[in-house]
Parts: sequence; C-alpha cells; structure tokens
Amino acid sequence: MTKTLTRKASRASMPEATALYDIPGPVTRKRHLMYGIASTIVIVALFGWIVYLLFDTDQFTAQKWMPFEYKGIQELLLRGLGNTLKAFVYAAVLSLALGAVLAVGRLSEHRVLRWISTLLVEFFRAMPVLVMIFFIFVALKVQPLPALVAGLTLYNGSVLAEVFRTGINSVDRGQREAAYALGMRKTQVTTFVLAPQAVRAMLPTIISQLVVALKDTSLGYLITYEEFLHAGKLIASNLDYDLPFIPVVMVISPIYIGMCMLLSWFATWVAKRQRRNLKTRAVGVAPAEPGTLLPGGQ
Amino acid sequence: MDVLTENFSLYGKGFLGTVELTVYASALALVLGFLMASFRVAPVGSFRVLGTVWVTVLRNTPLTLLFFAVLLGLPRFGLVLPFQLFAVIALGCYTSAFICEVLRSGINTVPKGQGEAARSLGMNFGQTLSTVVLPQAFRSVIPPVGSTLIALAKNSAIAGAFSVTELLGTYKTLNELGYSIIWSFIWIAVGYLIITLTISAVFNVMEKRWGVAR
Amino acid sequence: MLRTRNTRTGRAAALVAGLLLAALVAGCGKDGSPPVKGPKAEALPVYQVDTGFELPDSRTWTKAKRRGHLIVGAKEDQPYLGEKDPASGIYSGFDIEIARMMAASLGFEPDTIRFRTIASANRETALQSGQIDYYVGTYTINDMRKKLVGFAGPYYMAGQGLLVRTDEDDINGPQDLAGKTVCSAAGSTPYQRIAADYPKATLVAYDTYSICVDNLLTYQVDAVTTDDAILLGFAAKAPDEMKVVGKPFSQEPYGIGVPRSDNALRNALNDALEANEKNGNWKKAYDATLGLSGAPAPTPPPIDRYPAT
Repeated sequence: MTKTLTRKASRASMPEATALYDIPGPVTRKRHLMYGIASTIVIVALFGWIVYLLFDTDQFTAQKWMPFEYKGIQELLLRGLGNTLKAFVYAAVLSLALGAVLAVGRLSEHRVLRWISTLLVEFFRAMPVLVMIFFIFVALKVQPLPALVAGLTLYNGSVLAEVFRTGINSVDRGQREAAYALGMRKTQVTTFVLAPQAVRAMLPTIISQLVVALKDTSLGYLITYEEFLHAGKLIASNLDYDLPFIPVVMVISPIYIGMCMLLSWFATWVAKRQRRNLKTRAVGVAPAEPGTLLPGGQ
Repeated sequence: MDVLTENFSLYGKGFLGTVELTVYASALALVLGFLMASFRVAPVGSFRVLGTVWVTVLRNTPLTLLFFAVLLGLPRFGLVLPFQLFAVIALGCYTSAFICEVLRSGINTVPKGQGEAARSLGMNFGQTLSTVVLPQAFRSVIPPVGSTLIALAKNSAIAGAFSVTELLGTYKTLNELGYSIIWSFIWIAVGYLIITLTISAVFNVMEKRWGVAR
Repeated sequence: MLRTRNTRTGRAAALVAGLLLAALVAGCGKDGSPPVKGPKAEALPVYQVDTGFELPDSRTWTKAKRRGHLIVGAKEDQPYLGEKDPASGIYSGFDIEIARMMAASLGFEPDTIRFRTIASANRETALQSGQIDYYVGTYTINDMRKKLVGFAGPYYMAGQGLLVRTDEDDINGPQDLAGKTVCSAAGSTPYQRIAADYPKATLVAYDTYSICVDNLLTYQVDAVTTDDAILLGFAAKAPDEMKVVGKPFSQEPYGIGVPRSDNALRNALNDALEANEKNGNWKKAYDATLGLSGAPAPTPPPIDRYPAT
C-alpha cells in the first residue's frame, strides 16, 4: 500500500508553477517529502484501522461469504446486473431520441413548438428524477421497468436536449452562413452541416450524461425493480447468511463503480482524442449541467 | 387542493425534512469539498492522491448504493445513528466530490500571472491564497456551486425511500389515507420547485453581487 | 497530467470489476442453496386441486385461466411467513401456503403459481393495475384500504406483539418496556404505537426486521416489536433462543387482497378459506410453517363477508 501510494505520488508531482505556488526549491521539496511521508502514514493507518474494524466486527467469517460460492446466488446477482444493464440501454437509447426531438423543438422557428419544448425541458430538469419515477410508478400504475426507463428518459432526455442545442448553436457562425450561401434550406443546414460537427464535439458530454443515467438505474431498487442492488439486498438481509451487508457492499460496489468509471474513462478518452482532431475545431461545448431554473441563471 | 389544506402539517413536516437535509448536507458537502479541493491542488503528492481517489470513487458511485452502504452497512460496524444523520452523511459525501471539482476548476481559472505578481510583491502562500486567488476563484464558482446544490436538493428525495422524513415520502401516508395520488404528487412537485427556485434565486443574487462580468 | 492518472485508476477499477465478473460468469459455484437455519417441516401439506372449478364471473379468474397460471403477490423477507430463497427463488411460509391452498381451490395446480414480490407501499397499485391476481402477505384489512382493494378472509388474526430472548423474564407485555430498548421498522405503525403509548421505552429503528432480530440476539436491544405473526416466523428460525411473549396489543386481521371490483373472486376465496379451515388444511399449513416456533395453532378468525359496494 505504502509503495503504490508514494510511487503514484512521485509520478503525479507537478513540475510546473501554478497560481498558488512556484516551482519548489530543494528545501521546500524536502519539506514536502516529509509532509508526504507523514500523511501517507496517516492515510495507511486510517486504512488499516478500517480493515481492523472489518475483522473486528467479523465481516470476513466464512458464514458471511459462503453464499457467494453458490451458483444460485451468483446467478441471482448476474440476473440483477443484467436487469440493470437492460434498463440502462433502454434509457440511453430513448433519452438520446427524446433529447434530439426536444432540441429540434427548441431550435424550431414555430413559436408554440419552441415554447412547449422549452417548458418541458425546464420542468423535467427541475424535478427530482425520483419524484418522476415514483409518479409514473405509483400514480400512473406502470410496471417497475417501464416506470424506471420512462423517468430516466424524461430527465436525461431533457438534459441532453440542452446539450444538443448548445452544441448546434456553438458551431462556428461561418459554417452556417456558408451553407446558407450555397442555397441550402434550414433542415439541410442542420442535418448536413451543423449536426455532424456538433455531435462529434458533444460526444464526451453525451457520454458523461449517460454515466448519470447508468448511476440512476439504481433508483429502480426503490420501486422494487429487480436490479443489481435489489439482488444484493435480498442476500444481505437474510438471517440465514448472518446478514452479510458489508460483504455484499464489498462485492457489489466495485462492479457498479467499475462500470461507471469505464464509461467515464471512455468519455475522457474521446475528449482527448478530439482535442487533437481538426474537424471539431469549430465547436466548443460546455459540460452538461444538472439544470438551471431562473432565466439568466447561468 | 383539498389534499394540501387537509394535510398541511404532514406536507409541512416533509417540506421541513427536505429543507433540513438540504441545508445540513450542503454544509457538509461544502466543507468536505473545500478540503478535498485543497488536497487536490496541494504540493504534497499523497494529499493529491487522496483527493483524486475520493473524487473519482464518489463521482462514479450511484447515490442509491451509497445510501445502502451507509444506512445499512455502517450499523454493522456497531455505528448506530439516527437515519437522518446517516442520510446527511451520504448526501454530503456524495456531493462533496462534485463541489471539489467545481472549486478546483475555479482555482484553475485564476491566471498564473496573478499568483506570480502576488509573490513578487512579497506575499507568502497564505496571503496569496486568501487575498488573491480565492476571491477570484470564488466569483467564478458561484453558478456551478449553485447548480450542484440544486442537484443535492433533488437527490435528497432518495432519503425518503430509506425511512427519513422528507417531502417525497409523504405520498405513502397520503396514499394510505386514500387521497388522490395525482394531486398529492403535484403538491410534492411544487414543494421541490420552491426549494430549488429558492436556491437558484439566492445564487442569482450572489452572482449579481460578486460574479465576474462576462 | 491529472487526466492520465484518472484514466489509470479507471482502468484498474475496470480490470478489478472485469475479474470479479469473470469469476462470477465462470460459475465455479456450488449447486443448490446455502444452508438454512431453523427447523424444517417434514412435509408440506398437499392440496387437492379442484379441477372442475369454474368462475366465469371473475375477470381475474378468466384471465388467469387463459394465461394458464396464477400470479400472486407476496413478501420475500419474512421467514416462515413469506420468504424467498435467494439462491433458488422459491417462496415459502404460511402466507405462501395460504396462496397455494387458494390456488388449488380455484382449479390451478399450486406449483404453477408465479409469485412476485410486492413492497407494502405498492400493494394497492399492483392489484388495481392487474399486475397480480391476488396478494397474500401480512395485509391488514381496514376500511381505508377497502376503498382501494377487496379483501377475502381474514385468514389469520395477528396483533402487535413482542419478541424477546428466551432468557428474558422481565418483559411480559408492552407495560414492561420502560427503560428497555425496543427495535422496530422505521416509520411503521407498530413503531409509532410504542412511541405514542409507551414513551418510557427507548426505540431503535432499522430498515428491515432481520436487523432488529440480529440485534436482539447480540444483546443490543431487549425486544423487537411488530405483528406477532412476523415475530413468530423469526422465532421459528431459532426457537431455543427467542420467544414471543404477552397478549397481542392490537388487532391486525390479515386478508387476501383482490381487485376491488372482483366480488366473484372475493366470494370464491372466502368459500375456499372456509372449506380449508374445516377440512384441516389450514391447521396443517400453520403447523408446517409458523407452528415450528412452538406456538400452537390458534382458531382461525371468522370470515368477514362484507357486502359489495
């Protein structure tokens, strides 16, 4: 543990000056090294204390881990994971579609259409996604999976609509003007000139928003959709297995966090690749925001 | 309409519950987020690693999983606290990762020259940070911190499903009492709008007063 | 700089997740279910299927007949009452036996029932929307709920009780709780009743009763309170260590939830319950489940055939 921490630390040390401090001189470097060692010891001690607590409260007994050896339990967890991914795929595809529709609405020249789409986008971004899911599930009496997917779609679709809209608006003005000068109509300009450039530049932001959707599939647990966390709870709250809550968390969270990290990492990778790409020079897109409320809020 | 007037105290309790959760969790998130942000820009490597791990893990953890781990896992360590406190811890830690990133990018927007100028005037690290860098960073982070806290208020709805008194949870009681579900939800939605609009308004005022002209 | 490190941690985490997944998929697992605590009934009662049964007036019944099997809502976390084995997915317990008994009387093979876990908050919704044909799971009949769903039964008269360790002699009823620590589910009716009527007791709340029971066995709380049927089920897990004491201090008649408009089904279930109580099936079902706690079978409560509205 100590080794990896210090190795990482030395690799990460910043060679350049920031607004906060200059490049450290030899004395300061020595002092920083001392701080580093001291804090590493504290962090390792803290980590060790947690591990000690885990042992002390009998989290590693055979009885608590034994359920995971059984095929039935593994299949239960895998089925849960499959259901999580299923909800995610549905929600992702549908939110992209809804986002595109709402963005087109907001960019439309018909005033009514524009108002309606703006209203929808602003409302769904302002509502907690869980309130929407519960409303669909309880008040509209929809089954858990469609309720979860619908809730996620409405929220993420609205956020994505904003991303699409800013993406299209931020394409360099000359591109649009040139296309109009060639005699293209608005639909042609949007589909053949603006959208392709915007989408390419927006890709990282879109993927980051999909990470949010993936994380939020776990809300299905609260409406008894039989997803990953639900499977975990069923195992964890069983007296026969000595209530293995902590072992279940230790098995489930690396998988959940790993999936989300993989997707986040993909987003950064795409973003990095794009910074080198000439084709996206004309567009700059800000990251998606959870939602603003007052006009002129941001 | 009847739903609201006849159950005003129930709604009031839920509303207050959400407000309390939001306020306490925001305070925790801001403090922890500031701490982690200072770790992430610190010259000491192991602090940076700690800050980075904290942010990366929490940003990629589903909040429901975090609630599950904190509310059901921590008592297994013999740590039994009121549910509301657990909820504040879970929400606060989760949001602190986002606050940390906002603050860090705020600090990064301050041009290097500002720090160099301050140092050439003979200011030490503390002075540079408190009189030059932070005031400028503060101005540029007002809007993103505002929207992060709005997200926190919305996320607090999850606590209701873990037996904490808050706004969304009131639907259960109203449903048992036989009131119209649609209307109970409309008033719940209004409650959330009031909270999020208030946060938004507060941050708008702050932005107007101290924000950077752009 | 920072980005590259993020990527590396991301990759490492993904690798760990991948390995875990691979280990799971590889399926190097044992067959069957993990061992279970508590006694097991020697044999579950067998119910005679009424093959010629017809109920054309009931929409629920005709729909189920066309489908070929019944869909029944139940609980999944109450031992000996309504419990789902995580590994095999098989449901068992007293409520489940009642559901199977009813299925046989409605002309369905009990083994073909598809059970579905429905949380307490969603029972009415599930019945109203037709997700389930009927619901058997500690469902207390009351007038408020009668406005939303129909109730056959009651098939069992539960009441709030106290679960204590067998070596506990001081607690014989709620009046003895002063200064003791009592555990219940957060926000539940039993919790609120103790808080209001017995303020001298120290209350502890958890999300699930199994945690309360664990705390009872590890001497962190002195009693667990909720419906005695649920407590009997937990007591049956370890009859030597826990007992249910005192007289129930509330009345919770458990009914079978049916769609509100389906009076034909409600009446048929009432008839079926009465017949099964008479022919001894009801007692057999009790003895094979909740009876394992050591508590003798009570007389079933009279059936409430309230008029259709």
